[in-house]
Amino acid sequence: MATRVIDSRDTVPAVAADGRRRWFRGQAFWLVAPALLLLVICLGLPLAIVTLRSFSEPQWGWQNYAWFFGTPVNLTVLQRTFAISAWVTLVCLIAGYPYAYVMTAVGPKMRLILILCVLVPFWVSGVVRTLAWVILLQDSGVINSVIKAVGLSPVKLIRTQTGVVIGMAQVLLPFMILPLYSVMKTIDLRLMQAARSLGASPARAFAQVYLPLSLPGVYAGAIIVFILALGFYITPALLGGPRSTMLSTLIQNQVLSLLNWGRGGAMGVVLLIATFVLLALAAPLSRQPHKTGSRR
Amino acid sequence: MASPSIRGAAIDLKSVSKHYGSFIALDKVSLRIEPGEFMTLLGPSGSGKTTTLNVIAGFTEVSSGSLDVGGKSVIGVPAHKRNIGVVFQHYALFPHMTVSRNVAYPLTLRGIANPDRAARVRKALDMVRMADFGHRFPSELSGGQQQRVALARAIVFDPPLLLMDEPLGALDKKLREWLQLEIKRIHRELGTTFVYVTHDQEEALVLSDRIAVFNQGRIEQIGTGRQLYDEPETLFVGKFVGDSTILRGAASTSGNETAIDVAGRKVAAAKRLADGAKPVMLLRPEKLSLARRGKGGQDRNTLPGRIGEAIYLGSGSKYEVVLADTSKAIVRSTLDAETFAIGDEVDLVFAGSDVKLLADDENADFTLT
Repeated sequence: MATRVIDSRDTVPAVAADGRRRWFRGQAFWLVAPALLLLVICLGLPLAIVTLRSFSEPQWGWQNYAWFFGTPVNLTVLQRTFAISAWVTLVCLIAGYPYAYVMTAVGPKMRLILILCVLVPFWVSGVVRTLAWVILLQDSGVINSVIKAVGLSPVKLIRTQTGVVIGMAQVLLPFMILPLYSVMKTIDLRLMQAARSLGASPARAFAQVYLPLSLPGVYAGAIIVFILALGFYITPALLGGPRSTMLSTLIQNQVLSLLNWGRGGAMGVVLLIATFVLLALAAPLSRQPHKTGSRR
Repeated sequence: MASPSIRGAAIDLKSVSKHYGSFIALDKVSLRIEPGEFMTLLGPSGSGKTTTLNVIAGFTEVSSGSLDVGGKSVIGVPAHKRNIGVVFQHYALFPHMTVSRNVAYPLTLRGIANPDRAARVRKALDMVRMADFGHRFPSELSGGQQQRVALARAIVFDPPLLLMDEPLGALDKKLREWLQLEIKRIHRELGTTFVYVTHDQEEALVLSDRIAVFNQGRIEQIGTGRQLYDEPETLFVGKFVGDSTILRGAASTSGNETAIDVAGRKVAAAKRLADGAKPVMLLRPEKLSLARRGKGGQDRNTLPGRIGEAIYLGSGSKYEVVLADTSKAIVRSTLDAETFAIGDEVDLVFAGSDVKLLADDENADFTLT
């Protein structure tokens, strides 16, 4: 961040940090070594092997990539994977933004309860959670029973894209709410009072002061949710149907059912590269050089 | 900016109360502020001065009472429709906007388009001497600079009333003193009604046409700085505004004269309080003088004491004298007067005519934060 802050308060910690940095230089490696080792063994190495096999199986060359881009259903699924992830991100944002705002506005006790509500789903196994959604969403499930009871025609939810989006959004909501909350809690609510004194209605004060200041949280949450959604496997596999297959299901199919590591690897590499491209495109958006959010 | 004298709005608070549950933040406060006046609301923290400001700004609704701004009731009018400028202690500049955009914001809200808007932003920044900082962000400015920008933003839309809530509270002394003079100049040039909240009585004396002294949700006295200093109506005002010496003791009245027994020595003044009130004597530092023990003379009031603290001020000296009943007197003497050292035995001398006789009040103590 290119934040230039001219403030005497910053100089004292800066000096202390300098000393700490000098001490760190010798020790730093050993402090990060365990995590680094884990990353290399559990992520770097397998990724390298998968990439290698996407070029080497069944023989050396581009044939797996040629197959991927030459098969229309693959491209449809890739596009659908991005579309579903985008929908999930949007649903999480719409549901998470007001929730995170309320978390900043309530007292400490209520805030704890709200955080627990966000985190409880984390403590339940993903499979159990998704199966619960199956029961809720199925044609004769709870949601459709309620819809029928109020006299509306039942909706097809299970094995549709809508069902997948609902299930994934529920799982990913905490990843939206927590970054939003961490940014929103630094926004000085007295700025809203200042905006009102200058003539801004509550709606305009929100749109012109609060919303812009909360955008870093929106970007952070959206990127995390979107990327996690791209790789989702269990939820779309259990809640989705053939018309809502995501790329991860296709990869699983190639690798585990057809034992075609070359094609599976190629699909994984394509998804990874597409994700990096998207991140690179989103990076300039999240740059907010002059946000201080100072709150004394 | 436009011609002074007609720009300011009058403010009329009548019997305004504000309750938070059982806590009474404001207790039937009545205050009339004249158009173009510089009125300071002075008091310790929790005295109701900021609540009064928030009520005028529209941030707080009153529990009861009436509030007119510019001759019209604003009860129930939301803050953004009141057209009142507010300057906050914490600056409250929008961190994602440049200085220029901050100052332009109230104009944008009012639909004022660009040639006019830019000119008015420039004029307002000129007035606070921040014209060269338009492209900066608030995080790149010092506290004093940020507060000047906040002031420009609060006056750029020509509000008839400007409210300031301890605007200099976060700044150091030298900067504060300079900005006080700047605020005085801007008030003179604009002709806007200013309402200024502070707990600093010196600041109130420097700035204000009149001062309303708040204590425990009530106004104790409204008057010019000189009136508050020379003729305090309550013990709280006497203690809060300026230095003072309080003499307490068993009181006796005979005719029109009141005498107080301070640790066995009687001092008297030709005044008396209404029956029932317990009188105390209040004396300003420059009304007291010191003499070596036994040289105070018999014609005037004298009390024995010992110098507890001697402070050289340049223009004179200030002494803290510990009296026989362990209470402390504050004496200011001029440069040519006799000087004393810590521990010297002295007589505290004063004329009965300089005594302010006030009713004792256990609520007159205050804490500054």
